[in-house]
Amino acid sequence: MSQPDPMAEIRASFFIECEELLEALQDGLQTMADNGDDLETINVVFRAVHSIKGGAGAFGLEGLVRFAHRYETVLDGVRSNTLVADGDAIKLFFRAADHLSDLVRESRDGGVLPEAEGNAILTELDALLGNKGVEEEDEAEIDFQPMGLALDLCLPDLPPLPSARAGQFTIHFVPHAELYETGNEPFMILRALTDLGPCEIICVTDKVPRLTECAPEAAYLEWTIVLTADVTEDEIASVFEFVEGLCDLTVESPQATQAVPASTALPDLPPLPDLVPSFAAKPEPAESAPVSAPPSPAAKAKTIQPPAAKAVVRVDLDRIERLVNLVGELVINQAMLSQSLESSGLSPHSDAMNGLEEFQRLTRDIQDSVMMIRAQPVKSLFQRMSRIVRECSAAVHKDVRLVTEGDTTEVDKTVIERLSDPLTHMIRNAVDHGLEATQDRIAAGKPEQGTVKLTAAHRSGRVIIEVSDDGGGINRHKVQQIATIKGLIAQDAVLSDMEIDNLLFLPGFSTASEVSDLSGRGVGMDVVRNAIQSLGGRITITSTPGSGTTFSISLPLTLAVLDGMVVHVAGETMVLPLNLVIETLTIDHDNLEQTRPGLNVVRVRGEFVSLFDLGVELGYRKAQDSYLDSVVLLIADEAGSRAALIVDQIQDQRQVVIKGLDESFYRAPGIAAATILGDGQIALILDPADIIAQAQSNTSALSPKLMEMTP
Amino acid sequence: MNDIPPSTPVELLTFRLSDQEYSLDIMCVREIRGWTRTTPLPHAPSYMKGVINLRGTVLPVMDLAERLGLPPREHTDRNVIIVVKFEETMTGLLVDAVSDIIALTSNDLQPPPDSASTGGGGIIKALTLLDDRMIRVLELSEIVPAPQSDAA
Repeated sequence: MSQPDPMAEIRASFFIECEELLEALQDGLQTMADNGDDLETINVVFRAVHSIKGGAGAFGLEGLVRFAHRYETVLDGVRSNTLVADGDAIKLFFRAADHLSDLVRESRDGGVLPEAEGNAILTELDALLGNKGVEEEDEAEIDFQPMGLALDLCLPDLPPLPSARAGQFTIHFVPHAELYETGNEPFMILRALTDLGPCEIICVTDKVPRLTECAPEAAYLEWTIVLTADVTEDEIASVFEFVEGLCDLTVESPQATQAVPASTALPDLPPLPDLVPSFAAKPEPAESAPVSAPPSPAAKAKTIQPPAAKAVVRVDLDRIERLVNLVGELVINQAMLSQSLESSGLSPHSDAMNGLEEFQRLTRDIQDSVMMIRAQPVKSLFQRMSRIVRECSAAVHKDVRLVTEGDTTEVDKTVIERLSDPLTHMIRNAVDHGLEATQDRIAAGKPEQGTVKLTAAHRSGRVIIEVSDDGGGINRHKVQQIATIKGLIAQDAVLSDMEIDNLLFLPGFSTASEVSDLSGRGVGMDVVRNAIQSLGGRITITSTPGSGTTFSISLPLTLAVLDGMVVHVAGETMVLPLNLVIETLTIDHDNLEQTRPGLNVVRVRGEFVSLFDLGVELGYRKAQDSYLDSVVLLIADEAGSRAALIVDQIQDQRQVVIKGLDESFYRAPGIAAATILGDGQIALILDPADIIAQAQSNTSALSPKLMEMTP
Repeated sequence: MNDIPPSTPVELLTFRLSDQEYSLDIMCVREIRGWTRTTPLPHAPSYMKGVINLRGTVLPVMDLAERLGLPPREHTDRNVIIVVKFEETMTGLLVDAVSDIIALTSNDLQPPPDSASTGGGGIIKALTLLDDRMIRVLELSEIVPAPQSDAA
């Protein structure tokens, strides 16, 4: 086929569909594990595997088909009640589902299929059936369903049947059953024909029997195509190159052809009412294949009915990226426009200013909508984690249950993707280090089965993801010991519990007393923290001895825009994330206090809050003699710790487009990102929590090395 | 970039820092811009002048003279920023003035004498003579990924 390989496109969409089916499969299995096996769930599970097999067959992905087929056979056993899906069986089904997703991935990337593991799983699956399934194996029996594509959607654009003239070919195309078996699709061939020139395609359905007599693997459909094009017979034959010997084909050249009267070519349609019920039960590929003659109104009403799912468009991520970037430019542009309009001294009630306001609102709406396109539930990520738990718990011989919450929480797609690695590591950590060995759990009077909990939730404009375990908590004594031995802290350092916990984030720190299969790969929590920080997030740790550890990640919802407060500090324009700013105040004699020389606090409604000069903390200027009448922003980070920051002037609030700072050669402390202002200048976006942490660590008892590391 | 086979043609962009002449392989140079105000980064090494807006992306700019250990100077409007790309990273190098583009072969380049490699670490890749003036050829990879002193 000459055009830009439609096959590759269809293949790509098959793999996208596989992702969805695998997700449905995982969901179904989880439901089975939780609530037992109602028929509907088993059907969902079965259908997912079946559809993957069908698609794989169409693309000749044999390894995938073989595995899916035997998996499906066992699931069919559950469906028909010849097999009971108990806990062990479901565990096996999960492993099989994991393997299936490996096979899908390897097939997609053209990698090597992991045969050995698959065979082991297959053996166990067959054992479930008591080897009944094996004898029934017959590769030829594998029925697949080529994706039925309704050609009539494409055809209305075609010109009406032209009158007979030179260049008109009449083609009779009668596919054999083998054509479908080899994964060929008449639709593709017909579409390739339409590329040669205008076609009148008539589906001859004369031979289609009543559905009760319909053999699923037989081929009943034939096509008569009248092609008007200036081509040779060879060119037409080349379209059918791939199905040579799999169909009967006659091509009548222009000289021999008479105009085919439409009436004779249009066969009577089979009685449709009979067709409809069986469509619902099991869609047959042949029937949903191209029918160019308009179906009768009754049939139309039935067949056009969409499946219950919402209408969804699959879009290449690159296109969305482009859109997001354009919207970003639009926002910057709008800021430039506002700035120049304001400086031109127009009355705020002028048409231009009113128009500008409208424009700002629209920009904001567009931006929100675009961001929503990229938002995705974290569910797929969480499902990947349940697999990590399964594999990891098996490796360390612990019985672990993963509980997830809030998996419908939506986050920007890029955030989700970049969370996968750190989360994987944290889950492994929780299973390997967090949870005690089974005998220790029993000794501590805990349930044998350990629990790892993964939750996601929206909180004040950010997304909070927590990984917690009900293990033994952090052994602080041991942690401090290791840190001392490694020279990370002074021998006699007195650390608070929180400071000890934070030692875990030091590079190269590991609490594992021995290198197990899972740990000792040279990846520590410091890597996790760096990954989270590069997403503009923060990670905190809380641990209760004897009852578990919780890692909490706070992330921005999107990596593209931010509501910011624009301020001036020491001659620089800077942006503070608006969601962290609680209120603004000025300093006077009444609310300024000192705890000790040089250490100011400000009193806000009876509460004392540390006061920091932003200009000093950023190293832009020396401390002032007096902070009276300064403007102060009261901020709070996600963990709830508060601070007051002195700035020179507050300019305004606005949305800014986040531009990443390339940290490959210098990571600026206290700076989250940058943005471009209306005048083209760059303003830095501050990370107040980081600034506060830096300022506070100056008074800490920790060694200088640790100070750099504590978040 | 290291071992240039003999008599390969090379093109160099030459520029001045104080009263010295330097050059860079022209293949790394993306564009040359006039001096604009940079937004300083907090607690940055002094040779990091800050960041500028390069058509929508944030470009870090370093003062090449300071990076090479020359004394810091006032900047004037005649200073220019050479935008270079090393691997995937774009960086702006602030120099006093761009002089010329010279074409020569690698035979014209001589390795710097061991003792003369200023600043150590092979920042000066080679030396060449142009009209009796010495031109230092810089090794970009030694300049751009600055030591990550703050990590660990």
